[in-house]
Amino acid sequence: MKPKLGFFDFTGCEGCQLEVLNFENELVELLEHVDIVNFREAIAEKGENYEISFIDGAITTESEIPRIQKIRQQAKILVAMGACACLGGVNCLKNFRPMEENLKIVYGECAGYYNTIPARPINAVVPVDYYLPGCPMNRHEFIKLAKALLLGKKFELPNYPVCVECKLAENVCVFEKGGFCLGLVTRAGCNAICVTTGRRCWGCRGLVDDPNTNSEKEILQKYGLTVDDILKQFSLFNGYYPEVSK
Amino acid sequence: MTQLNINVRHVTRIEGHGNIIVNAKDGKIEQITWAIPESPRFFEAMFRGLSYEDVTWIAPRICGICSIAHSTASIQATEAAFGVQLSEQTMLLRKLLYHAETLQSHVLHFYFLAAPDFLGVGSVFPLVNTHKEVVLRALRLKKLANDLADLIGGRKTHPNSCVVGGFAKFPEVSQLKTMQQRLSQAIGDLKETVKLFKGLEIPDFIRETEYIALKDPKEYAFISGSIASTDTGIAAVTDYLNITNEFCVPQSTAKFSKHNRDSYMVGALARFNNNYSQLLPEAQKAAEELGLKALCHNPYMISVAQIVESTHAVEDSLRLIDQLLARELKEEKPDVKVKAGRGIGAVEAPRGILFHDYTYDDNGILIEANCVIPTNQNHNNIQKDMETLVPRIINQPQEEITHMLEMLVRAYDPCISCSTHLLEVKFV
Repeated sequence: MKPKLGFFDFTGCEGCQLEVLNFENELVELLEHVDIVNFREAIAEKGENYEISFIDGAITTESEIPRIQKIRQQAKILVAMGACACLGGVNCLKNFRPMEENLKIVYGECAGYYNTIPARPINAVVPVDYYLPGCPMNRHEFIKLAKALLLGKKFELPNYPVCVECKLAENVCVFEKGGFCLGLVTRAGCNAICVTTGRRCWGCRGLVDDPNTNSEKEILQKYGLTVDDILKQFSLFNGYYPEVSK
Repeated sequence: MTQLNINVRHVTRIEGHGNIIVNAKDGKIEQITWAIPESPRFFEAMFRGLSYEDVTWIAPRICGICSIAHSTASIQATEAAFGVQLSEQTMLLRKLLYHAETLQSHVLHFYFLAAPDFLGVGSVFPLVNTHKEVVLRALRLKKLANDLADLIGGRKTHPNSCVVGGFAKFPEVSQLKTMQQRLSQAIGDLKETVKLFKGLEIPDFIRETEYIALKDPKEYAFISGSIASTDTGIAAVTDYLNITNEFCVPQSTAKFSKHNRDSYMVGALARFNNNYSQLLPEAQKAAEELGLKALCHNPYMISVAQIVESTHAVEDSLRLIDQLLARELKEEKPDVKVKAGRGIGAVEAPRGILFHDYTYDDNGILIEANCVIPTNQNHNNIQKDMETLVPRIINQPQEEITHMLEMLVRAYDPCISCSTHLLEVKFV
């Protein structure tokens, strides 16, 4: 029996679902090993007999809470895909001001038609078994997890900072160029793609476990920074977490 | 007498959540509603207080499917506010990157989301067994578009190399040459696509409406020009609020729009209807073969217009790479001086005209934002189409009516995630 997969979107841009459709080379092969029974963006059928569920998007309305609880009840394995599902993501920027004010800014005098609650990641509502962080999630990490699940093997995310991957990519350090970068405390796994493309790290993959003990302390010292200074800049994708400045 | 009770909750194979509700009793229609229950996201509120660098970094997150369009509109709004001058090379690269998204999004729509209706299946996945060639061709075209986006924009979903004033990274000459070869080969795949769609039966449904798109005297417009309407002619981009006239309806978190009539259409068919004479030769040929002629008033022909535009995107990409290679690529540093002001960026997202309107303070911190999304502009047109279509087909079985309505919604290729986070409300 092939395992049955369901894909479900909550509040987000659906870019992570799109990344699944972007496996041009692997998609046909993947379909030989699994049955996709629910994937609203791509298929008309709506099967409820899925065993593994992939969730993208954050929870931002009351009605999304029972919906994710139902999915959790059905699925043996629940995977959070992307920054919105894993961390709350950019949606949490709205948490920095009262919900009434957000409604007023966007809907003006019609604000009363609608409602919204502070944005939160999936694991603030139901337990999550695996995380595929990033904005968007990394396609290769998705394939790695899919293979691990199919073969019953262990899957773990790297627990070292983007800085390590950046050095391997032989990038010039963003601090060296006079910029500011969150790669010092952000979980690796993206191959430092944004710094490699000439930008900096915005922390979309979230913090490494225990950022205070990480090996990049000497770089922090060199530029006269502390871990707390860095955390303050984490609000773009990590606004849900109390250690991030609001 | 006809009884209808259609309630399609969350139409499938579209981007985002939309519901169709139709009720009829004793042959009398009581309700026809196109409703958008998508969770609103509040980007206009979230942008406030962010630096221009952060604003343009998260703007693509409005929509994963048209992230290059949002990135470009956001960057161009910021450049307009700061008065940034762009180099010719930047414009060539930006147009090239833009074609990648148009091609990617259109291929995804007509092969993955629309075609299964015509081929009688629920999704593209079972076609792997019955029409493997079709699926492989679709994947080939999609991969080409994604690889082109990766090459110029850093990555397809949420591009990271495009910045205010230019680019942070540049392709190598050899990479452009390889890409050019692959693009030339894609012309063949697009010809096969034309053949496939030529054989499909497109519903014959005509309802006259207004078509709005960007227009540039120099070329088939995607990221430059003024606003054109098939009813009222040309208007300046700075006058966009007089065109879009957004208003709220209680059933939808997305806003609705109207201009000269009850509703108007944006997107591939609206661009075609305004700018068909500027299509490049292969695209013109494709239009002719597919029987697409301006003005076309059949919304089910939107997918056909997308095929024509895909051909144009590939042809124009070949020309743009020629121009880039002829002038030698330079690593240009963006020249940006922050100043207070308001700027509007207008681009043609795959689904139609998109506006980002930003006001910044002296330090480049955003004070106010307004984004008008193409799908919002189409919602009202979808509603009016349904109101015209249902009475014409009311004697058909309920499943058939439902299917026709779902196909209609899919034809518009609605992108609902990005349509639910509008701006200051305008009442009509």
